[in-house]
Amino acid sequence: MIQVDGLNKYYGEHAAIRGLSFTIQSGEVVGFLGLNGAGKTTTLKVLGCVLLPTSGRVIVDGFDVTRDPHEIRKRIGYLPDTPPVYDEMTVGGYLAFVARLRGVADANVAPYVAEAEKKTAISDKHDDVINTLSHGYRQRVGLAQALVHKPKLLILDEPTGGLDPVQIVEMREVIKGLKGEHTVLVSSHILGEISQVCDRYLVIQGGELIAQGTETELSEKLGSGGPIEIDCLGAAGPTIELLKKIDGVVDITVAKLEGQNLSLHIDAKGDVRPALVKALVQADIAVLRVDRAAHRLENIFLKLTHGKDA
Amino acid sequence: MNTVLLIARRELGAYLRTMSGYIIIAVLLFLDGLAFNAFAVAGTAKRSSEVLADFFFWTSGIGMAGAVFLSMRLIAEERQTGTVQLLYSSPVHDREIVIGKFLAALAFLCLFFLGTAYMPILVAVYGKISLGHVVSGYVGLILVGAASLAVGLFGSALTKSQVVAAVSSGVMCVALTMCWIVAKVVDRPFTDVVTGLAWYGHFEPFRQGLVHMKHSVYFGLVTFVALFAATRVLEARRWR
Repeated sequence: MIQVDGLNKYYGEHAAIRGLSFTIQSGEVVGFLGLNGAGKTTTLKVLGCVLLPTSGRVIVDGFDVTRDPHEIRKRIGYLPDTPPVYDEMTVGGYLAFVARLRGVADANVAPYVAEAEKKTAISDKHDDVINTLSHGYRQRVGLAQALVHKPKLLILDEPTGGLDPVQIVEMREVIKGLKGEHTVLVSSHILGEISQVCDRYLVIQGGELIAQGTETELSEKLGSGGPIEIDCLGAAGPTIELLKKIDGVVDITVAKLEGQNLSLHIDAKGDVRPALVKALVQADIAVLRVDRAAHRLENIFLKLTHGKDA
Repeated sequence: MNTVLLIARRELGAYLRTMSGYIIIAVLLFLDGLAFNAFAVAGTAKRSSEVLADFFFWTSGIGMAGAVFLSMRLIAEERQTGTVQLLYSSPVHDREIVIGKFLAALAFLCLFFLGTAYMPILVAVYGKISLGHVVSGYVGLILVGAASLAVGLFGSALTKSQVVAAVSSGVMCVALTMCWIVAKVVDRPFTDVVTGLAWYGHFEPFRQGLVHMKHSVYFGLVTFVALFAATRVLEARRWR
């Protein structure tokens, strides 16, 4: 669906993107990770035909962004970091306008608008004027405009930006619901949401791609998936000695010790959680909690961009 | 639906759904009425056609100022709010964006001209005027309005700030107005060129009741060049 080869984009003398190359297959949901200023938005703008590249080749659904931008625009839905909504219009009127702008036949406009509203859970806001909506609903209207014409590719630039925790969960569910129907490229620096909706990740820093793959592939590439946290009932010294003998364990630190309640942070190569639990149970030490997944992607991300753990 | 008309309809809707357009028109009508009362009908006894010509003179200037204020938001606001990205990422040509917005603003400016119609009617009630004179004057007003809106749209394409857009468009319009003064201080053959650039000289026959092709072409050319430049600015923004 997307082929990017040696993409460069300069703003004057400043290089926003340098030699970026990647491929995205049809039907994939790909997360685009990077710190602020890494070049995410610029890349998405080039893919959305909002900006033209300085050099390099970008092919979307077989069309080149510099030669056939018009054909690409018919096939994409683009949600910028700020939803591009006209405040004075009603939700329904705005979506109908966007549908017509993107070439939907008049007879199909009403059903397409109704479907986009249903997917983004804004059907009850159809007649509301956009400037009366909350930020969360404006973001949903922005998403609805991106998919109202049923594009093959959806480009979403920080769709969860500025949302409260409840709205983030709701937006995540909406994006999850798009899987299968569209190829989705979604950027965010709130990594928790990305980890739950994406099949694969592209990590960008300083305008360059520094890693790509699934969460497991990225974890394996770095040789560690981040620290394992274990809460158990046991004495600190013997427990640490016991766990250090397990293959793959690199380092153990005591995070908290209150009486017999012991919390350990364990750095390990590979997934050693089964071996850790087995050793503790055999030593008759009660295991209260074993956890790694919660901050896993943040760790990968920080290691890639800063070379350190969270 | 044709993309140009689609954009024009949305843009006209934006003027009609918000207060700013109505406020601009109300202020313009107030100033125009004031100028009509104070300058067009005042003074020594005049013939009806002279009153009408003076009415067109003042309305053209006020219409030009109104065009600058109506056009300042056309592109600048889209860039300020980020909605320009919706247009940029849609299968729409930059020229369609420019023409659609221009037509909407022209239609709204025509509402102002329509609102001034009571003044020629008053002249007709109390005097005698020809319908041709009225039609000619209004054709001239629409041509001046179109050229001013196109210049304003070009100014609006240059910046994100509506204030900067209004100021730069205002300067360009004033420059086109002041050309006849510059013409007095330059030598031939520049005198003819600079005089030819001044819009007022081309409007004069219209306000007197005459429609000339060469003067219509002047306004058409200014409109085309300004809209073409605005389109180029939009295209260039994709390469910035």
